[in-house]
Amino acid sequence: MNGYGKYFGKKIGWYLVTFLFAVVLNFALPRMMPGDPVAGIAAQTTQGVTNTAAAEKIYKEYAEKFGVDKPVYVQFLKWAGNALRGDLGVSFSQYPRPVADILKSSMGWTLCLQLPAILIGWLLGNMLGAIAAYVKKGFDKIILPVFLFISNIPAFGMAVILLFIFSLRLGWFPSSGGYGYDLIPNFSWTFIRSVVAHYQLPFWSIVLTTIGAQAIGMRSMAIYELNADYVKYSRFLGIHDRKIVRYVFRNAMLPQITGLAMSLGTMMGGALVSEIVFSYPGIGTTMMAAIKGQDYPLLSACTLIITLMVLVANLVVEILYGLIDPRIKASQMD
Amino acid sequence: MNTIRQVFRSAKFVTGFVIFIAIILLTILFPLFITYDPLDVVGNGNFYPPGTYISQKDTIKANPYELRIALKQSNVGDSLKTDELDKIKEWLTQYGGMGKSEVQDADAESLIVMWTDKYNPSKRFRGMLASEQKYYKRLNQKLTELLTDKDIIIAEQDENNELKEKSKVKSSDFVNLKEISNKRTLVLGTDNFGRDVLRELVSATTTSLRIGLIAGVVATAIGLTLGLLAGYLGGFIDDLILFITNLFTVIPSFVLLILISYSVGQKQRGVGLVALIIGITSWTWTTRAVRSQVISLRNRDHVNLSKLSGHSSFKIIMTDILPYIASYVVMAFILQVSSGILSEAQLSMLGLGPATTSTATLGLMMNWAMLYSAHLNGSWWAYFPVLFMIAMISFSLNLMNTGLDQVFNPQLRD
Repeated sequence: MNGYGKYFGKKIGWYLVTFLFAVVLNFALPRMMPGDPVAGIAAQTTQGVTNTAAAEKIYKEYAEKFGVDKPVYVQFLKWAGNALRGDLGVSFSQYPRPVADILKSSMGWTLCLQLPAILIGWLLGNMLGAIAAYVKKGFDKIILPVFLFISNIPAFGMAVILLFIFSLRLGWFPSSGGYGYDLIPNFSWTFIRSVVAHYQLPFWSIVLTTIGAQAIGMRSMAIYELNADYVKYSRFLGIHDRKIVRYVFRNAMLPQITGLAMSLGTMMGGALVSEIVFSYPGIGTTMMAAIKGQDYPLLSACTLIITLMVLVANLVVEILYGLIDPRIKASQMD
Repeated sequence: MNTIRQVFRSAKFVTGFVIFIAIILLTILFPLFITYDPLDVVGNGNFYPPGTYISQKDTIKANPYELRIALKQSNVGDSLKTDELDKIKEWLTQYGGMGKSEVQDADAESLIVMWTDKYNPSKRFRGMLASEQKYYKRLNQKLTELLTDKDIIIAEQDENNELKEKSKVKSSDFVNLKEISNKRTLVLGTDNFGRDVLRELVSATTTSLRIGLIAGVVATAIGLTLGLLAGYLGGFIDDLILFITNLFTVIPSFVLLILISYSVGQKQRGVGLVALIIGITSWTWTTRAVRSQVISLRNRDHVNLSKLSGHSSFKIIMTDILPYIASYVVMAFILQVSSGILSEAQLSMLGLGPATTSTATLGLMMNWAMLYSAHLNGSWWAYFPVLFMIAMISFSLNLMNTGLDQVFNPQLRD
């Protein structure tokens, strides 16, 4: 299994390099913004202070606190060192709340929402796509155009549509928030029931959008495989249809797994925006608040967390791929 | 020529093409006929529902015609609030002796009929709070006022500030819509600023298409150049380009988009710049596809022959390689236009869209609708048309792409 170790080591090394690069971008880009956000906060405190010397002193204090008075590379090293210890600085817009504190709660919401939704949507989509490719007549005729249209509705659009139908018109589910606005998070039945009710619409909106895109991809992959020579040969040999379908499904699945790794970032981006529609207390909504409040420590922490989540998910998918794909398995065995 | 004929024989491509051309024609022709500024504020309040708006003053001044048609009472039901209807239902089941199922699904009109049939204002009801008794009396009065068709008197103020009767409006009086000069049909109502949604939508579609086009051109240009260089030259340059491409494939472009859009600042972020940013964050797919195509072409006989004949690299790329990958590039371009439009919408929803007050984009319309909670107060006309437009544009582009794919990859044909 030495070959596998090498394969995974290479992958992990590559992801580390990418992550480092992403960290630098995360630090540098928001700080290139014209205008001085610290001046904004200082101005709030110095309102009414007529003494220029006093105002300047307050500004300097803030500048020191946020570390913007030092050269950029010192700022970066300090920022990176703090980030490693889980200290992501202090939020500007929710001063003096630490960024890590804000993110801790929103990250949980986002993970619990998006991870199951994307996975279930991906699985269901692939199954439907394979069925559509295999059955073809009738079923394919209905499913394909429907999913082709659904997959072109952006995630936030699906969110709005579900919200309109199931919350506004039918009143089945609550329209916004992660739990009832009159509740305090705790482990009681009322709270859990409220969370589950609030979970439905955001969850299904992500599942539906994911299904659409995956089903189409899987359908064309499976059609491609069904026309492959090995299928025809197996038919000549008289191998049972069900067994052939299993081979086809497995082979068509492999590119779909790579596809999942490639499009995870895009999917998450879409799902984050649909959080905004529901005012779901996840990273998407936090990010919008950070943008509105010109809060770059919070924003760059959000993007950093998203990058980290996407990278980790990608790495997991690639490792799984390495374990599943017989070709990689074979090349590592040599 | 032959390929183009083949492409237009694909049903999917043609459907997508027709929809797309229809959208483009709409954006060109509509402003020719409806010439007022798309961002004109028409309404003084926000979210006026779709419909034809006619001047109330004009209807009063207009020549009345007496028509002998039965008048609809439905407007009585409309002027009752839902909680008032609920109260009526409650009374009917508790004191009116009606069954719950009869009352529950009845519409306002039949509820009022039941109410007038059963309710007796002089009777006192046992077990009812005094305030409730009074409430029902008031409700009954309101209903009787609504139901009796008294004439409405139009009065004018004279110089002594006294009201003088000018005319009476009978319930059988009608006005001919053609005789009213001040009217405006707002097919899709107004948005939160009071702008005409339909007019704004057409102009937003134009802008969004332009953003998609710029983003697509930029992304394709970068992707094509890098892919050609990497694939054709190979060696160190290939390694370098591949490294950068892999880097930007794994870092989510959504994150880059947010970071760059944020860092250019609120004021600088115009339509063109947003399009450019979308373009420079979405070229990786094209680079990868072009590179792998070029590598497979590089050692073909015709390319080697060209090399032996002493043609320059530039000429070889232009004449011996580009024509073979043109179909891939066109397909990638189409996808990039559609994802560019979507990216703009997502950016705008986060509050990082083009910061202009002079143009509307599909994303900005969506953003404003959400900010003013159109999705919570039932103003569907402010966002459904926008969503439909986004979905139609990307649907048509993707159909065209699928059609092209089937023509150029015969294995995918059904």
